[in-house]
Order: sequence, then C-alpha cells, then structure tokens
Amino acid sequence: MACGTLNVLMSAPPSSANDLVIARPEGLYCPPGDFYIDPWRPVDRAVITHAHSDHARTGHGHYLAHTDSAGTLRQRLGASIPLQTLPYGEVVEHQGVRVSLHPAGHVLGSAQVRLEHGGRVWVASGDYKTEADGTCPPFEPVRCDTFITESTFGLPIYRWPTQAVLFADINAWWRRNAEAGRASVLLCYAFGKAQRILHGVDASIGPIVVHGAVEPLNAVYRAAGVPLPPTHRVTDPAMDREALKRCLVLAPPSAQGTPWMKRFGADASDAFASGWMQVRGTRRRRGVDRGFVMSDHADWPGLMAAIKGTGAEHIRVTHGSVPVLVRWLTENGLDAQAFETAYGDEDGEAPAQDNAPSVRAETDPVRAEPVEAFKAFPEGPSTSSGRTDIEVEGKASQDHPAP
Amino acid sequence: MKAFAALYRELDASTGSRDKQLALQAYLRTVPAEDAAWAVYFLAGGKPRQLVPARLLRELARNAAGLPEWLFSESYEAVGDLAETISLLLPPPTEPHALGLAQWMRSELLPLRKLSPDAQADALRRHWAQLPPEERLVYFKLITGGFRVGVSRLQVTQALAAVAGVDAKRIAQRLMGYTHIGATPIAADFQALIAPEDPQELNQKTSGQPYPFFLAHPFNEALERFPELLGEPAQWQVEWKWDGIRAQLVRRAGQVWLWSRGEELVTDRYPELAALGEALPDGTVLDGEIVVWRPDPTQPERTDGCAQPFAELQKRIGRKTLGPKLLRELPVVLVAYDLLEWQGLDVRGLPQHSRRDTLDALVADLRHPQLVASPLLQGENWAALAQQREAARSLGVEGMMLKQREAAYGVGRTKDVGTWWKWKIDPMSVDAVLIYAQRGHGRRASLYSDYTFAVWNAPPGTEGRQLVPFAKAYSGLTDVEMAKVDAIIRKTTVESFGPVRSVKPTLVFELGFEGIGRSPRHKSGIAVRFPRMLRWREDKPVEEADTLQTLAALLPVSPSTTPPA
Repeated sequence: MACGTLNVLMSAPPSSANDLVIARPEGLYCPPGDFYIDPWRPVDRAVITHAHSDHARTGHGHYLAHTDSAGTLRQRLGASIPLQTLPYGEVVEHQGVRVSLHPAGHVLGSAQVRLEHGGRVWVASGDYKTEADGTCPPFEPVRCDTFITESTFGLPIYRWPTQAVLFADINAWWRRNAEAGRASVLLCYAFGKAQRILHGVDASIGPIVVHGAVEPLNAVYRAAGVPLPPTHRVTDPAMDREALKRCLVLAPPSAQGTPWMKRFGADASDAFASGWMQVRGTRRRRGVDRGFVMSDHADWPGLMAAIKGTGAEHIRVTHGSVPVLVRWLTENGLDAQAFETAYGDEDGEAPAQDNAPSVRAETDPVRAEPVEAFKAFPEGPSTSSGRTDIEVEGKASQDHPAP
Repeated sequence: MKAFAALYRELDASTGSRDKQLALQAYLRTVPAEDAAWAVYFLAGGKPRQLVPARLLRELARNAAGLPEWLFSESYEAVGDLAETISLLLPPPTEPHALGLAQWMRSELLPLRKLSPDAQADALRRHWAQLPPEERLVYFKLITGGFRVGVSRLQVTQALAAVAGVDAKRIAQRLMGYTHIGATPIAADFQALIAPEDPQELNQKTSGQPYPFFLAHPFNEALERFPELLGEPAQWQVEWKWDGIRAQLVRRAGQVWLWSRGEELVTDRYPELAALGEALPDGTVLDGEIVVWRPDPTQPERTDGCAQPFAELQKRIGRKTLGPKLLRELPVVLVAYDLLEWQGLDVRGLPQHSRRDTLDALVADLRHPQLVASPLLQGENWAALAQQREAARSLGVEGMMLKQREAAYGVGRTKDVGTWWKWKIDPMSVDAVLIYAQRGHGRRASLYSDYTFAVWNAPPGTEGRQLVPFAKAYSGLTDVEMAKVDAIIRKTTVESFGPVRSVKPTLVFELGFEGIGRSPRHKSGIAVRFPRMLRWREDKPVEEADTLQTLAALLPVSPSTTPPA
C-alpha cells in the first residue's frame, strides 16, 4: 500500500485510564470531572468553547462558557439556559479538576479549555485562529501536556494572507464595484466572520447592508465593546436605489439565490469569504465572482505554531484533516492520535470530511427526559488564586510535571 | 509576466463573458506585441512541448517546500492541479524580476528543454525565488501546459477582432495553426493577426493555413418531431458519421499540408495521404475523416474495403515510427465530405450540394485509392433513414450527419450560415458497480469524481462470484449527484491506496459506451470506448448489476475487430 494515512483514523486511539479527556458518543468527556466539552448529545454538564452551533447545542443540564459568549449563547439556545460564565484566566474547580478558559481568537467569546488534575494539564482548543483580528482577544498559547487541536485546514496549502492584504483586496473589490455602480454582495458566515469583515473594511467606500441573520450578532459584538461601522437593513428608507448601487452587502451563504438577493440587481458582483477559497477548484465550484481567502480557523502555519506554543508532547486531533495532521505530527516526534467528533465547519463549502462519525445524524437535538439534577460547577472559592498558576504565553510553571 | 498574471486573475475571477471580453481587449491593446503574441497562443489553447518533466518539477517543489512525499500528494489531491499545488506550497520569493511574458518564454522557459536535469533544477529554483505568489500560478501553468482559464478560443477570436477592427471569421482563419505545438510566436505574428484586412489575404497560395472547421451540433429528438424541426429529408444531405480523425488536406503552391481538427500538422503521420495531396490540383482544400480502410473478412461483398474501428487508427496514432508493416496492415484513406477551396478560390460560401457536386467530380476524375467520397444516404422519409441508421454499429460508424443542402460552410460550432447535425446512435449500456474512486481535478478538485466500475464474473446465485473492474468513467453526473456520491464514498471507504480508495460496493450506475472489444490487457478481458455514467441506479441492488456475460454479448462478432486501447 502506497500510503495508508486513513488507517490512522480507523484504529481507535488507545485511551489510557489516566486521560483527562476521552472521546465518548456524547462528546469529549473529562472522566475525573464528569463533564463534557462541546458535547453533541444532551448531557448534564457542558463546557462550551464558543457559540457556533456545532459546538453549542441545546438540551444540556448546565452550561459553562466565557462571559462574552453569554449573549450569543442565550440568543441561539434560549434566554433561560442554565449558563454560568467565566472570564479568561479565572479558575473554577470541579471534582478536583481545575478548569479555566483562555482566548482562542476564533470568534467573540471563544475559549480554549484548560483542565488540570493530578499533576496533568490538558487543553481543549475548540476552534481557533492564531492571527489577531481585532474583534476578540487573540489566541494565547497555553502550556500543557496534552493539546486537543482542530484540523479544519490541516494541509500545507492553506496559508492565509495577512489581515492587511486581505482587507486591501476586499476594499479594492468593493471600491471598483461602487465606482461601476453595482452592489458588492459578500457571502460569509453570520457569526464571527461578518463582524470581522465589518470591523476591517473601509466603511468610507459606501453604505453597508446586512442580512437579517447578521444584525442581531452585530448587536452582541457592539454590546461587548467591539467597534463596528454603521449597518443598515435593506428595508431602511435610506437604502434607496442609488445607495444600493454602492453598498456592501453581508449575507450568510444560505441567502445565495434567494429572492432577498434580487434587490441588489442582476449586475451585483458576488463574493464568498472562506478559507476554502484558497483552492481555485473550490472557488469555481462556488460560482461567485470572487473568493476571498478568509477564515476564523488556523491555517497550516497557525496550527503548527499553536501546537508548538503549548509545549505539549501529546496531541489529540479533531475535526478536519485528521489523518494528515496525525501522521505529520507523529513523524515529527509527537504522540498524536485522532479524536472522533461531530464538529462541523462554519467556514462553508468544506469538502466532506473523511470517515466522519455518524453521530450527528443520530443526535437528538433536545433530550426528551427532564434533566435530573441541576449541578452547577462549584464557583470558587477555588483553592487557586485566580490566574497566577495558569500558564500563558509560554511561561514555565512551578507545579507542572516536567515533560 | 505581471500583466499576464493580472489578466489571468481577472479572467479567473469574472464569471461574466462581457467582463472577460473587456479584460482581454484591454490587455491586448496595452501590452507589447511580443507579449500579446504569447498570450494569444496560450489563451487560444496553445501548449508548448513539455519543458521540464513533471516528476522533476514535483520533486524540486516538494524539496523547496520541505514536505515528505505523502504530504505533497495529499496536498495535490486536495488541489487537483499540479501547477496550483506547487504555487501554494513554495516559500515566498526573495528577489524581484522585471521580465515580460515573451522574455520569460524566450530566455527562461523555452531553453529549459535543452538543459540537463541539474541545470533545469538550478534554473527553476532561480525562477521561483523571483516570482511573487500571484505570478507563480501562471508560471507553473506555462510549464505544466495545463493552461485553462475559462476563456474559449471563440472569445479570444472575438477580442482580437475587436482590437483589430477585422471580421471575427477572418481572425479565426488567421488563428488556424497559430497554436501549433512547436510554435514560437513573435511580435510580427501578433501584428499579422490584428492587421487590417487585405484582399491579397484571400490568395493564400503560399500558405498552408487550413480553414476553421465547421462543427456539428448534437440532435437527439424523437423521430416524430423530425419533420417539424427539420422538414423533409430532401432538404438535407445525409451521410454516415465517421469515427476517425477529422482533417483538412490542403494543396497549394505545389505543397501539401494535412491538418487535424486539433490544429496539429499531421502530414508526416500519414504518408499515403501526403501522396494523395500531391495528386490533387493546386488550390484545393478537402474536409473529411481519416480512417483505417481495408477489406474485411466479415463483409466479403465489399471488395473495395471498408472503414475499420477507431481502435485500429489508434494503433497508428501512438507510434513514433511508421514501419512498412504498420503501413501495410493499417492503411488509411481520407473519407472526403466537403470541398472548401477549389481552383484557388474559397468556396465555403457556396451551397452544400454544389460543393458536394464539385467534390464528387473531383473524386471521380482522380480515382485515387486513398480518396473515398463519403456516401450520400437516401431515404424517402425520416423513418426510412432511421431504419438505415440501425446498421451504424455494424458498419463501425457513430450514426448519421445531417447537413442542410442549401447552407454555406460555417466557422466552428455555429448555426448562422447553416447547420450540421450529428444524429448519433444510442450508446451501449450495462449496469455496473462502483468499486474504486479517485479525486478529480479542476472544478472537481478534492471531490471523489473519477470512478472505476465493475461487473460480476458470474450470474446471480453463483457461489463466490466476484466483481471484475472493466471501465473508468468521470462524466455524466450532476454536481448535486456527485456531491452525494462523494459523501457515500468517504463513508464506505474500505482501503486507500495512495489517491485511490476502494469502497464497499453499494453504488450501481448505468454506464454507457460507444464501442466494445476484447482486450488481453484488461483484467475483465474487455475494453469499452468513451464510457460515461448515463444514470445513477439508486433503485438497483448491487446483486442485480450486470455480468461479464452481459458485456460479452455486446461484443462484435467480427474476429478482426480488435479492442480499443
């Protein structure tokens, strides 16, 4: 056999009894703490890394998430969900497991989850991006023994342009369309990417119209203190025929081809913002005029830098290009294994994932039986003194077992 | 190179043909003629001989990117294009360059062919140290020869016509032969393309340029609609649709040129047709089909021989040298069906029937063994013709051609001065099982779109029967179907061998093909021609797929019929 990368995925990782996180049918599970991280089936206790729908689902008995995720979680899952929030770096202890959240740079409120128990430190990164984008605190490497990483763009062909180059491109496209008197429709995920675009574009070029799915999330970002330029709904009286000819339109990919789009005219230029736009074939399949290479996930150099920054010798790889990343890391001397998860990819237009587990289909969105008991994570007074013993930015630790 | 790379990106980024047209014209108007000369060459489909072996290019790029072979392969599979993969993987450039497209071609790229592998490696590394990412894709496309950017030759022709202020048909003719494989266009060639129209141009006695081929449109209507759509058969010239190589034989100024439809000059490949050309009067251009023609034991009544399957011709196409044995065993003729130039005059504007009359007179006068007039088929009505068409398969032709008797000879696939219809016979088909899949290229990059199909080696109920692969197919599915099949393949993968996956047999497709023959080189002992997916048989269980016996029943009886390669 020439190259059996897939077999890596097919052999189940030997999970040690000492593992702080294991893969269960419900999701990633912490046995000593008896809670889950981003579970896709209803469970009693869930730590949520961020509010994208494949990571934050309904029906859990208790939610723990970052303070800035509260707005989006309540908006998406219901105002009354049993939610406890934590700022970055603060520790809560649950059944002897010290839990803290650290910036993941993915979207507003996105967090890596650091778990410490019995002298071991594991970090589950959720989704992350390493370049700062100004709409959320940038990714911070957290020292650990075992790092659970995503692998959405786990191939060396994925290297993102810098923010500066990216926005120069988007601005130039918008400006050229505005000068030609046609609308610029930019399709992008409504939560995270849309706000990142709003934050980065040159709003002096023309008015900005947002789809109904985008505006509520803008409000959450604004409330969190992220500066965004003024945005209009298409029904806004100020958005007359003339204004629409110069406007930038932000809409989710699902709006493509809907009657809503017709208002911007047949000659509107359309574009799609996604990391998948890096490959010409994907761009052409999408059938839009322009593809902007823009992702809220780490590119290949980002994945490498993040993994290195943790100092971890054990890596667990989740959703995306799992077999490739596992093999690459193994060949580079790390203990790398696959974790099967049901996370998707909000970047849109992803090629189907290999051997993706079928749990997603089986997932019951809302658990039928009532939640038996409401067990909150005990909120302090934790034995820790806040963030001092949490390693960030590569600082060495006292109580950390030498790797 | 910068300007050409910018044009490439602009063409690639626009989905509207008007935008593409404007970008093309703007480019042709502003760049130096020597650059435009090469740009037209590539955009119109020109492809130089391989400059660097793909293997060497791949190896160098892989080393420069510091990747192991398997990871380079994974990347290539996801991108589906070697040039693009390399341009995405290389480290950033370290120095600038200021060369234009023509200079790159002349002093850097074309000389690569003559260098030793070591010198090629040095040159390539020097090149990509100078090229920014946006120019790399174009550069590697020039080297790998896979230059396609969603611009048709017709669009290039139209842009040139607009820039020159010359009729597009004239430009199309000037473009004939421009993209020949050995061509090295210079500024003067581009200037000749866009020169004002000159009456002398009609008098092409010293040039071997062929005319743009007139191409047919498919006709797949039900028989009862024929009268309404086409009128009476008497208005049409009906012929067999030959399964050979479309060609023009040009005889001018005592010289002979034989051009294939791909604009390859193939005079050397067919010495017997070159000899035929020499027998033609000066100022003659014939349009027809090159086919292998010889007596056939299954048709003893045809003492003058008959057309052989395309597979026979293919045996000649692949050969580097044409020995006397090959020429004896696989003799070709030109089955002529049109006359484009006669007595030094362009006669394409004359009606089809009058061109044909002159052609028939010429064939009769010449009595040359290598020149056969494509027989005219007669039928009182369409039903009678349809009945004759049933014999197509046994005659080794693909169906019938319907040509308007009063029409002129058009340019390319157009209908403005008349129409040629191809009325092909239905393909043969079997229900086959998908057993291997591979990712596609271009628009299908990273999708499992290339499949290997199998049939059972024994009838249903036979203990231990197996699936035997017999054909590969890539086309026939809609994008939506392909995405569904892709997802199923990923879920049912059994093993992967490099880029190929074997899957659990669950998918059945109706596979169509044009020809079938025995082949000792294939595991199944059978090879088919032009296989493609006609239909996804979601209703059909794998056990009910067809068998080798079903395939064998489709084999022609003729013992001389050899399989297509």
